[in-house]
Amino acid sequence: MAGSDKILEEITSSEYKYGFTSNIESDTIPPGLTEETIRFISAKKEEPEFMLEYRLKAYRHWLTIKEPHWAHLKYPEIDYQSISYYSAPKKQKVLNSLDEVDPELLRTFEKLGISLVEQMRLSGVAVDAVLDSVSVKTTFKEKLSELGIIFCSFSDAVKEHPELIKKFMGSVVPITDNYFSALNAAVFSDGSFCYIPKGVRCPMELSTYFRINSAGTGQFERTLIVADEGSYVSYLEGCTAPMRDENQLHAAVVEIVAHKDAEVKYSTVQNWYPGNKEGKGGIYNFVTKRGICLGDNSKISWTQVETGSAITWKYPSVILKGNNSVGEFYSIAVTNNMQQADTGTKMTHIGKNTKSTIVSKGIAAGKSNNSYRGLVRINKGASKARNYSQCDSLLMGDRCGAHTFPYLEINDKTAVVEHEATTSKIGEDQIFYCNQRGIDTEKAIGLIVNGYCREVLNKLPMEFAVEAQKLLAVSLEGSVG
Amino acid sequence: MLEIKNLKVSVEGKEILKGLNLKVNKGEVHAIMGPNGAGKSTLASVIAGKEDYEVTGGSILFNGKDILELSPDERAKEGVFLAFQYPIEIPGVSTINFLKTAVNEIRAHKGMGPMEAKEFLAMLKEKQKLVQIDTNLTGRSVNEGFSGGEKKRNEIFQMAMLNPQLAVLDETDSGLDIDALRIVAEGVNKLRSKENAFLVITHYQRLLEYIIPDFVHVLYNGQIVKSGTRELALELESKGYDWIKKEFSEIPA
Repeated sequence: MAGSDKILEEITSSEYKYGFTSNIESDTIPPGLTEETIRFISAKKEEPEFMLEYRLKAYRHWLTIKEPHWAHLKYPEIDYQSISYYSAPKKQKVLNSLDEVDPELLRTFEKLGISLVEQMRLSGVAVDAVLDSVSVKTTFKEKLSELGIIFCSFSDAVKEHPELIKKFMGSVVPITDNYFSALNAAVFSDGSFCYIPKGVRCPMELSTYFRINSAGTGQFERTLIVADEGSYVSYLEGCTAPMRDENQLHAAVVEIVAHKDAEVKYSTVQNWYPGNKEGKGGIYNFVTKRGICLGDNSKISWTQVETGSAITWKYPSVILKGNNSVGEFYSIAVTNNMQQADTGTKMTHIGKNTKSTIVSKGIAAGKSNNSYRGLVRINKGASKARNYSQCDSLLMGDRCGAHTFPYLEINDKTAVVEHEATTSKIGEDQIFYCNQRGIDTEKAIGLIVNGYCREVLNKLPMEFAVEAQKLLAVSLEGSVG
Repeated sequence: MLEIKNLKVSVEGKEILKGLNLKVNKGEVHAIMGPNGAGKSTLASVIAGKEDYEVTGGSILFNGKDILELSPDERAKEGVFLAFQYPIEIPGVSTINFLKTAVNEIRAHKGMGPMEAKEFLAMLKEKQKLVQIDTNLTGRSVNEGFSGGEKKRNEIFQMAMLNPQLAVLDETDSGLDIDALRIVAEGVNKLRSKENAFLVITHYQRLLEYIIPDFVHVLYNGQIVKSGTRELALELESKGYDWIKKEFSEIPA
């Protein structure tokens, strides 16, 4: 016992592997948040008037509400006035090829294993790479535009497609939704916008890599995906962040709108800097992700692999409004060392014959805390709604914690709701069995953990699944027995 | 190949093996028999390197190397295989993926690169046939939901895949019906060669009707008290372990 816990500790206590900073000159404003800050951001981004008004409305609402503390998380108070709310790589002229891109930036991408050059050549994946706050390079835009697909930075969308932004921004996550989403609405930097027209099946996975890069700068990404009738899109979001010694606030908002017969698959690999072994530094990740199945027979599927951040507060949710609509949530959340995660989902059944599936796999190692929090709400009139939830927790060592907070609100008698939950410890017997076949303890843990997560990994697009498997192994390195 | 000298092992302060000696050469099959609690499974576990067993004296040399210094995976890479009495389930990990990892780890230890997928599949098919294992089982997660017999058969299949120099079979016959027993034994017989050796640990003589041992040892009270050939197993079968217990009830520590 003691021996295996020791191995566990050794393996889980390894340091973050993607710790490096790149050196691009930033255009950063001094810390602090006032109406002036918001006007500055809006002006800097050359936004139309409606956007500024939206931001100011959100800011004024934000001032009236308080930071929520119901999650199973502990962290020092966030001083919102000490954060700098805008940072952008120096304004560049429009680029026609990669040759014009800052070589330092390209090197950063290469270190992350995201070579745009490779991506452009090998392809299948269009990348809207976000470095800090401003989109630097968007590929495959032309090919997509032939199909009428819009895939661009949020800032561009505000200027080029204001009618779509006006119609859908805030339609799923309104300004008044919560503290962090209100903050995001006030100060959001940039992000992605995606529109798939009627009947179009997006032929490639749309992918955005996010990255925090400027010391002391909060990241406020905003993403909006609108899938028109009968369309389909698979969207990938992935990120790794550089080593950092101070806490960074990250409050993103993602909204998805699926019209009749449309399907949106949204996959995330989140690997922000988790802080060091003692819990110093690391990203505070307060994310609001929500989709609405607006039309009949629509489907929204969230898949997430959460391995990073010091604090994760995140509940990708689906509002099942259309009849026969489907919502899915597949999650792997790994916490190690001093990391804390409170993550889960919210499935709100409004339409008839709506169906939701929740599969959550939590893995806790080190001294970390890993909580699943989920709500299944079945409204009156949502006849024959069905939900299946499965929440598993895997513990490594005896100093970590796993918690499950499932909430059910059933207001229709015809609903069928199932919930299963398990908690297990990674077995030393399993590890010894692997050892005896020539597989060392570290690899054995990778193997066992990947097996445990297989149901979720299978939901990821192929190229992402491979990356995610490696990430799981790396995240738990120095951890198990 | 294997040389155990005066091995003393304690579990939670209690001495289980009390100065055990055993020598196994290439090409030989040794059977270890003994009553319950004699230390048979402890011997198997200590050879494989399971923790919780404290070696308080003696040595285990494998090809001249002291393997007590090696971690369990290093011993496996050196060519020691243990067929578990109670094989472990690993949910979500396919047997094929598990074995591919194991094969390539062992190859890496020998300075060889990973096996080509095509070559691996060919080997997989060949060995499946050799030990008559259902291809269905190898596609499933390691031992997950397997019956007792299927688990044992899977152990023999893994042994065939990893081709160890020394295979220790820890009560592989326990819980097997006669058909499964024969299939398992046939698998072992097909894998026997001049280059490898087997240590067959069993409570009953039955298995030894199918796997003919070169030597039979009786383990009692932490020591090997009698060694002989196949006839010794038959004698044990007819006289029962009480015979041994009577004869060796007083062993000086």
